[in-house]
Amino acid sequence: MHIEFTLNEQQMSLDVPADRPVVRVLREDKGLTSVKECCGLGECGGCTILVDGQSRLSCLMLAAQLQGRRIMTLEGLSTSEKLHPLQEAFVRHGAVQCGYCTPGMVLAACDLLQRNPHPDRQEIKAGLAGNICRCTGYQKIVDAVDAACTTDKDSGRGY
Amino acid sequence: MGTEVFLPQSLPEFWDVHGSHPDAAIYHGGTDVLVRLKETGRTPPAYICLERIPELQAVQDCGETLFVGAGLTHAQILIEPNIATHWPLLPRAVAVLGSPPIRHTGTLGGNLGTASPAGDTLPPLYCLQAEVHVVSASGRRSLDIRDFILGPGHTALQPGELILGVQAPKAGDWGIPHFEKVGSRQAMTCSLASLAALIKIAPGGCIQDIRLAWGSLGPTVICSKAIHRKALGKPLNIQTLNSLADLIQEKISPIDDQRASIHYRRQLAQNLMLRLVSDY
Ligand SMILES: Cc1cc2nc3c(=O)[nH]c(=O)nc-3n(C[C@H](O)[C@H](O)[C@H](O)COP(=O)(O)OP(=O)(O)OC[C@H]3O[C@@H](n4cnc5c(N)ncnc54)[C@H](O)[C@@H]3O)c2cc1C
Repeated sequence: MHIEFTLNEQQMSLDVPADRPVVRVLREDKGLTSVKECCGLGECGGCTILVDGQSRLSCLMLAAQLQGRRIMTLEGLSTSEKLHPLQEAFVRHGAVQCGYCTPGMVLAACDLLQRNPHPDRQEIKAGLAGNICRCTGYQKIVDAVDAACTTDKDSGRGY
Repeated sequence: MGTEVFLPQSLPEFWDVHGSHPDAAIYHGGTDVLVRLKETGRTPPAYICLERIPELQAVQDCGETLFVGAGLTHAQILIEPNIATHWPLLPRAVAVLGSPPIRHTGTLGGNLGTASPAGDTLPPLYCLQAEVHVVSASGRRSLDIRDFILGPGHTALQPGELILGVQAPKAGDWGIPHFEKVGSRQAMTCSLASLAALIKIAPGGCIQDIRLAWGSLGPTVICSKAIHRKALGKPLNIQTLNSLADLIQEKISPIDDQRASIHYRRQLAQNLMLRLVSDY
């Protein structure tokens, strides 16, 4: 099947099997290794991407559904050499240990901050509830998101 | 080449595709269907995805009632002002359904279609006394939700029929809209038991009307006329709620599995009811 969509701000035109899970299109066909196929059942958040700006699980989408959509993976988050403020905050707060869940966590945080630019800690936890981390115990991830929106407030920079 | 995936752009286009692929797997968000196919390792002969059918997206104020399309995602339900005003009970349940990406994907129609005893939109829809509107190429019919949900994974949908949406009386004037579910963790959990409630309190403080619906405690949502009769005219307090405990125990038939024992689930059925006073 022929599909056209926007991937990290670039126009894509692909021939893929219509029922190929989107996670495999992105990771295996397009080499975007931030997208992880972990549980494959929507439970872990490792394959989180943004579809038209909203967090979705790429293991629960078939390639045909990409047609006409605007897709963002972690690779598309910062266009320059500079890290996105959320990425910076994750580094600064030690929110990355093995790194496996990190892309999904950062995109889930992006989705949350778009809906709610100044979440409290409880809201941050609820916003990240679909993403599992087996290393950090979550505290540092919540710290990082918390700090990212505080910095954001101070610098007047919006998401 | 893989299996074909159809994305019809209208209901007539859906009937066309469905006519030539009657055994296709039909999904909207796919959060139940794609997971189930993966778990069973089955490949259907074709897929039909409903996400681009505008007729499923309607929200309509019909005067005394509100109509909400089957295609609304849970995230859309949470931000729809008409639902917040007229059915404030529904967003309370949807807010604790899955995770943000599941709510961006899963739909009201999908929750009804799956007809799980743990489906979180079902107890609120029973309290609201919703009618399920169903369409096929040959016409439209509506059924009481109690006649639509027949058992776990089992609905009154006939082949070629789609859920168009649900319609129910506006219920913004019920003083207490309440939903609580208990699971093995706070988020992303299938409930062990849930309770949805609508309560009207008379000026003197007594229960003027009450609708309670329990999820996950039987093959479908559990409601009890006897509880309703017994509670009317009583004050909303612990004594009243305790006096209803035996009646709910007679109605439920919880399962026993690795997540919780029957005894624990029976206790939950009762305790969830007691929370109606601690919260208000
Ligand atoms: C990780 C995870 C967590 C979850 N947590 C919860 C939870 O907390 N609470 C809960 O209740 N559910 C939960 N679910 C289940 C699921 O997300 C919900 O039931 C959701 O509402 C299903 O919607 P969908 O559009 O994705 O359904 P789909 O998978 O697309 O469809 C489900 C069924 O409905 C049918 N269907 C869909 N739309 C229509 C229509 N318009 N007409 C006729 N038939 C239709 C399909 O054919 C299929 O039989 C969870 C799922 C996952 C993967």
